[in-house]
Amino acid sequence: MKENAIEIDIRVPNQTRYLSLIGRIGEDIAKELGKYQGDRETLAYHINLVLTEAMVNAIKHANAGDPDKTVHVIINICNDQLVIKVFDEGQGFDINAVPQPSFEQLEDRGRGIFIIKSLMDSVAYTKIDGGNVLQMTKKLD
Amino acid sequence: MNLKIEEKSDIVIIFVKEERLDAHNSGELKSEMQGLFEQGKKNVLVDLKEVRFIDSSGLGALVSGFKNAISHQGSLKLATLQSQVKSMFELTRLHRVFEIYETTAEALENF
Repeated sequence: MKENAIEIDIRVPNQTRYLSLIGRIGEDIAKELGKYQGDRETLAYHINLVLTEAMVNAIKHANAGDPDKTVHVIINICNDQLVIKVFDEGQGFDINAVPQPSFEQLEDRGRGIFIIKSLMDSVAYTKIDGGNVLQMTKKLD
Repeated sequence: MNLKIEEKSDIVIIFVKEERLDAHNSGELKSEMQGLFEQGKKNVLVDLKEVRFIDSSGLGALVSGFKNAISHQGSLKLATLQSQVKSMFELTRLHRVFEIYETTAEALENF
């Protein structure tokens, strides 16, 4: 691993009770970024939020709420870039086919992917052996 | 989920006593609001003073409550949002949907 790089690898059961734990870890990482010039509190909130949204996507949709499955998260910071990967064990979906939420019609659901795409610089959802990975990248300079 | 319910004249106030309103706990708030409107309550105020973090599921629960209010000829308003929570309403344009007040007292005056 490169000098000054941080990588955190976490596996938790496929349960929403672990959302706050992972979100907190994301916030703590944001507060450790040495050179970041922007608003650190907002960055911390945004990392917490995208981690939460991505985990909920994995837990409820990809892993279909099965408590015996696992959600695997890797958070990597290197070269002024934050990369978050959230792995699931499900069938997957086409992230580009998820419509933008209708701001006219009031729906209870469908804002998670929109929030992730709004707050991160790039987002990709890719099929891998045994499941899928949602990769979210944000430049920190 | 820790909710404190108070009734002032004909307004029910739900104080959300949680730091996070997310996919883990927002279903309980949704059920509570649904139950109130089904019982015949017309005016519900949700106080979010202690909520520091909200995700799309938390927003969705409040949207559900708002739609429940309309279908029962009632109203649902929000008060005391922390700045990051308010920014999520702005990002998702929901600040145009909800009546949001700075203080509980101000919200109570506007029912």
